[in-house]
Amino acid sequence: MAMNDVISLLISGLGLAGIYFLLASGLSLIYGLMRVLNLAHGAIFAVGGFVGWAALEYLPVEPDWLRFTAALVLATLAGAMLGILIEKGLLARLYGRPYAQMLLTLGLAFAMTAFLGGWLGHDPLTLKQPAWFDEVTVIAGSRVVNSRLVIVGIALILFLATVVFLRRSKHGLIIRAGVNNRSMVMALGINVSKSFTLLFVIGSGLAGLGGVLAGVFFGSVTPELGTQQLIFAFIVIIVGGLGSLEGTALAALVVAVLQQFVNYYGPPGAGDLVTVLLLAVMLLVRPRGLLGKVAA
Amino acid sequence: MTRTQASPVRSWTASTSVLSLRNVDVHRGEAHVLRDVSFEMPPNAVTALLGRNGAGKTTTLLAVVGLLAATGRMSMAGTDLKPLKVDERVRQGIGYVPEDREVFADLTVAENLRLAMRGPESQARLQQVHKLFPILHERAQQRAGTLSGGQQQMIAIARALLNDNKILLIDEPSKGLAPAVVTEVVQAIEQVKATTTILLVEQNLAVAARLADHALVLDQGRLVYSGPMEDFARDTEATSRWLGVDIRPKAVGGRGNE
Ligand SMILES: Nc1ncnc2c1ncn2[C@@H]1O[C@H](COP(=O)(O)OP(=O)(O)OP(=O)(O)O)[C@@H](O)[C@H]1O
Ligand SMILES: [Mg+2]
Repeated sequence: MAMNDVISLLISGLGLAGIYFLLASGLSLIYGLMRVLNLAHGAIFAVGGFVGWAALEYLPVEPDWLRFTAALVLATLAGAMLGILIEKGLLARLYGRPYAQMLLTLGLAFAMTAFLGGWLGHDPLTLKQPAWFDEVTVIAGSRVVNSRLVIVGIALILFLATVVFLRRSKHGLIIRAGVNNRSMVMALGINVSKSFTLLFVIGSGLAGLGGVLAGVFFGSVTPELGTQQLIFAFIVIIVGGLGSLEGTALAALVVAVLQQFVNYYGPPGAGDLVTVLLLAVMLLVRPRGLLGKVAA
Repeated sequence: MTRTQASPVRSWTASTSVLSLRNVDVHRGEAHVLRDVSFEMPPNAVTALLGRNGAGKTTTLLAVVGLLAATGRMSMAGTDLKPLKVDERVRQGIGYVPEDREVFADLTVAENLRLAMRGPESQARLQQVHKLFPILHERAQQRAGTLSGGQQQMIAIARALLNDNKILLIDEPSKGLAPAVVTEVVQAIEQVKATTTILLVEQNLAVAARLADHALVLDQGRLVYSGPMEDFARDTEATSRWLGVDIRPKAVGGRGNE
């Protein structure tokens, strides 16, 4: 295989990994801490994509990179606000009833997708990306589209920020300990639900932002964006190990890079098939995932 | 002298006792685990909670902390515990040392302790804890999961000592530890017992006899003895009947036989 292809595929893979990470990390930590599976997380991702599209389309902000930054911020805020509404308004009323929570978030996912489709249609809406994004940078002799580099850079910064938050802040400490043993955290006199709400907001914000990056990566957004990507996010979470941020990052890399290479060199659709195979192997051989804290 | 009947400690009323349980029942799944348990705990003393495996000792502590639902009345230093959630109860002044230590394996020793620190007085208490268990200072940056069982037990006890608690609930601190480590843990509890009220679950009768002033004995979820530890430990018929222990307690370390 040509070296040029390898590098550009690798960077595409890294970009896709970043998107998977942004979608999966919140989902994984939220489940790890409270055993809540938020099936509306993908819909938050899609809403983020649409907010990003609308901001790039209509915001009268120049230059274009500033408009893009505004789009990211708005999508993050939209995701975070949806997160608060879902957690405080719905899930908090159903603590200790995991099936009720799952059904509710599943219903919400369908409703939000249908709402987006009814309002904006199901045809892909193309994102008006900054002009520089479509240009090409030559890295080690290989031509890489700039937008890929932007995605990789943003995802990397957010990954590091999340790691620092979990390692250094009091809430991060509570979240890490709570994923390990929530009852004991409570038995130390700590109100875990405060940290959980914060985690839910951060996770939802990251998903909203991830939706914009996905729009950039695929060129457009559709209402089904969330549902499609949520499947890969689940694969990433299980391969990486529930409740482990580092595991999620590692698995996002493995799954995305593998997918990119197999899609390019293999027959159509082979990349997606391989990730499902990887999931199956993982479930059989190592069900707690690469760096998992809790059994799946 | 044999006591087969529960004889409530009458000298402490609910108002002066640190912890008071009245007619407490706990169900776990199908099992009716605690049945009509009532007791009072006097301040600044160690009360041993004894009984065979499965008698309901751990269940009693979990019910007090709020990790298990219970019916009946429970209060601590006059505060009704029933309406409070786990974290609220603990912040009222409970230090809980669980049966299997339950340290956070992925966190460092320092992080485990930091998590337990609740108020401004905790920082000063951390120094005392480091004096009591110097190893926790030396290993501060090590992952707690990599420590020995005894060292993890020290973390578990240290967490309860980092706050100005009204009561410590300590569940089998000597479980699974080598005799030398047991002695170290016992000495640590002896150091703090003068100034704290402790409810101590302990299978090792010798350890219980050395540390405790009072004894509560559970049998199949019912309280069958409540009185001086010394009297109970001396009563071979009672110990063999309620604990399945035939031998007279030998003192641990320093103290001669009874
Ligand atoms: N999770 C559970 N679900 C149902 N029943 C339980 C559970 N845990 C314990 N039990 C039952 O509750 C009873 C009391 O258990 P508990 O752990 O309080 O005993 P214990 O006195 O602490 O015993 P040990 O000395 O072995 O620690 C036992 O009969 C046990 O089988
Ligand atoms: Mg027990």
